[in-house]
Amino acid sequence: MGPIGVITWNTFRENLRDKILYNLLVFSFFLIGASVLLGELTFAEPKKVVTDFGLAAINIIGVIVAIFVGIGLVNKEIERRTLYTIMARPISRSQFILGKYCGLLFTVSVNVLIMLSVYLFTLWIDRAAIHIGLFQAVGLILVEVYLVTAMALFFSTFSSATLSATLTAAFYFIGHLTTDLRGIAEKSENFIIKSVISIFYYLFPNLELLNIKGQAARGLTTPLMYQFTATLYGILYAGMLVVAACLVFRHRDF
Amino acid sequence: MEVIQTEMLTKVYASGWPGMPPVKGLDQLTLSVRKGEIFGFLGPNGSGKTTTIKILMGLMAPTSGQAALLGHPVGDVPVRGRIGFLPESPYFYDYLTAEEFLSFYGGLAGLSGTDLNVRVNNMLEMVGLTEARTRQLRKFSKGMLQRIGLAQALIHDPELVILDEPMSGLDPIGRKQVRDLILSLRDRGKTIFFSTHIIPDVEMICDRVGIVMKGRLVACGRVDDLVSSSLTRIVEVVCEGVEPQEVPSITSMANKVIKRGRQLLIVLPGSEHVEEVIACILREGGKIISVVPQKGSLEELFFSPESAPRHASFAETRG
Repeated sequence: MGPIGVITWNTFRENLRDKILYNLLVFSFFLIGASVLLGELTFAEPKKVVTDFGLAAINIIGVIVAIFVGIGLVNKEIERRTLYTIMARPISRSQFILGKYCGLLFTVSVNVLIMLSVYLFTLWIDRAAIHIGLFQAVGLILVEVYLVTAMALFFSTFSSATLSATLTAAFYFIGHLTTDLRGIAEKSENFIIKSVISIFYYLFPNLELLNIKGQAARGLTTPLMYQFTATLYGILYAGMLVVAACLVFRHRDF
Repeated sequence: MEVIQTEMLTKVYASGWPGMPPVKGLDQLTLSVRKGEIFGFLGPNGSGKTTTIKILMGLMAPTSGQAALLGHPVGDVPVRGRIGFLPESPYFYDYLTAEEFLSFYGGLAGLSGTDLNVRVNNMLEMVGLTEARTRQLRKFSKGMLQRIGLAQALIHDPELVILDEPMSGLDPIGRKQVRDLILSLRDRGKTIFFSTHIIPDVEMICDRVGIVMKGRLVACGRVDDLVSSSLTRIVEVVCEGVEPQEVPSITSMANKVIKRGRQLLIVLPGSEHVEEVIACILREGGKIISVVPQKGSLEELFFSPESAPRHASFAETRG
């Protein structure tokens, strides 16, 4: 196992032993379970509510885990000075960042897979339809969670934990509004406003591209080409953020 | 062979506030550490010891100047496989057991399989933590953490060991264990560079010492050479049967004259007036108990006037 593998495994082990992760996971089970109750209270399309609410629960908990574990990835190492002894080993700063990121990807992937299992079990108990569209939606949720993890990692290389969490959350919400930003830019007659909003549109990730939960809840399947393109988009954006994180981290004093 | 070499190493910290002048953490520090020696890097808190070590370990970039470890410029990644490092007041992953912790650091140094297991066992035995191998670090005492920290620094059998305040916070037994460990490493041909502000630790085990004050190296050399060349040796004369007022000529020659019961302790600044003082005491009917030339200490050098003007001139350049 090379140095990246050693860091990856240790990060994954660190997260596994973190109680916060388990609390969030238990909370997600409650949310998914509550969807059955909500379905009972709904007059029209109770199965759609169960399906939709469960997907939303996986998405929200996945993003929260990505933000709260992701921001601590590098910050905690610097504040507690555990980084000092690691950087004294024959490992480059970029290898360290990549190892930390891969470790968190494993963590969030296992997290989402566990939530997916509970979700499918809930659907099966409730006799709701289980179809390929649900797996497609969870696949893109996972890509979104990878992207949010990369954002948290990037911000944590140069700012405090609180600021990193705030910036990541802001990026996440704006990322879901970029389509609206484009609409505003098109309608605006002021050149400056138009230009600024256009820059925002291209700078922030378009996270709505990764949101196919509504279609999945209605039982629709997403075309494979769209699934592939959206996945590629998310992974490339995350990759760019990780590269940027490596560049920033390489020049930091500790 | 020079194992550590720094040349005009300077670090300037930006103040962080507009209008505030930058602060110099290191000022043209030039020193070298030779293969197989124990080098003590002595200085008060805030003198630049940790800054120097951070630069050597590639944790911080110097503003100007150069540094090299084992003939490679600092920042060279592969050479770190030949270096062991323990930072000051280390904090480790407390969710790991002692065994997992050492395996992690051994793995980072490229060890694996049986080789890694053997090294982990040897290190646990060496620092006396075999019994605690499956205990999480969060349940370790400060002394145990320091020992496991030393074990991680040595797991890959490095040629050069850099320790930042390795004895700080340890009880006398812990300090002795660390001293013994450092000496045994030197016996095995390793080079040890350690920083401290505890003077007796340096006097006891170091081959050479560098004294740093406010970012500047104010003295560097063998401990014996430093204390004998920089300090005037004092001579203590103990006598009885005379009162201070009976020997006013001695009082004028001595640094101090202290009455201790029936005895008188006369501290002379050097050996040139010893015979004159003895003659004077005998003339007044006194009796000589002892005449002891005292060796200077690093502590005296540390606080000697020789370094004080340099502090002052440094403070002026900073301002």
